[in-house]
Amino acid sequence: MQFARVLGRLVSTRKVAPLEGYRLLWIQPTDARGHAEGEPLVAVDAGQYGEGEWVTYVTSREASLPLRDTFCPVDAAIVGKIDFVDFADGERVTSPTATREAGA
Amino acid sequence: MILARVIGMVTSSDKDPELGAYKLLVVVPLGLDLEAEGEETIAIDRVGAGIGERVLVVREGNAARQITGRDKIPLQNVIVGVVDDVNWLEGRAPAGRQERG
Repeated sequence: MQFARVLGRLVSTRKVAPLEGYRLLWIQPTDARGHAEGEPLVAVDAGQYGEGEWVTYVTSREASLPLRDTFCPVDAAIVGKIDFVDFADGERVTSPTATREAGA
Repeated sequence: MILARVIGMVTSSDKDPELGAYKLLVVVPLGLDLEAEGEETIAIDRVGAGIGERVLVVREGNAARQITGRDKIPLQNVIVGVVDDVNWLEGRAPAGRQERG
């Protein structure tokens, strides 16, 4: 699973049947401290996790496992909301501040 | 599988129910100099690894399903060992490294 922050929500009224009812979120991958890293992508929100601004997502075949139809054409799914990350030196990162800086 | 280091722990109050039982650790791959190099990802732990330890991480969803016994766990990375030492073959250690790391 990887880290990402949610940039926005896609509106798609016409999509394949297994994706009906799921929200599609535009996400920016981050490192474990919430700094943007890599290219943005679209992920299915497998729960209501995307309400938070910092999430974890899974790619590849495993992305379809949380969905009601696991034979579903997806390659990324949000599977959890991140409250905070604790590091070895005692530092606690609660949210990627870059989200607000970017005005997302 | 890769050699990685555990650098942190994730707290998630709201996540997929299949993930509920597991501690989520942040791992970063290690390069030849055994320093962090590459993308930080989240792994579950099956061997009691702690923050700061060098670990062996398998990155394949089917391995994750086998080891957890959950066939719908949406996850790829599992810590399957704690690495005490890395011993290079004679003459194979990168410049500046001792034979035992």
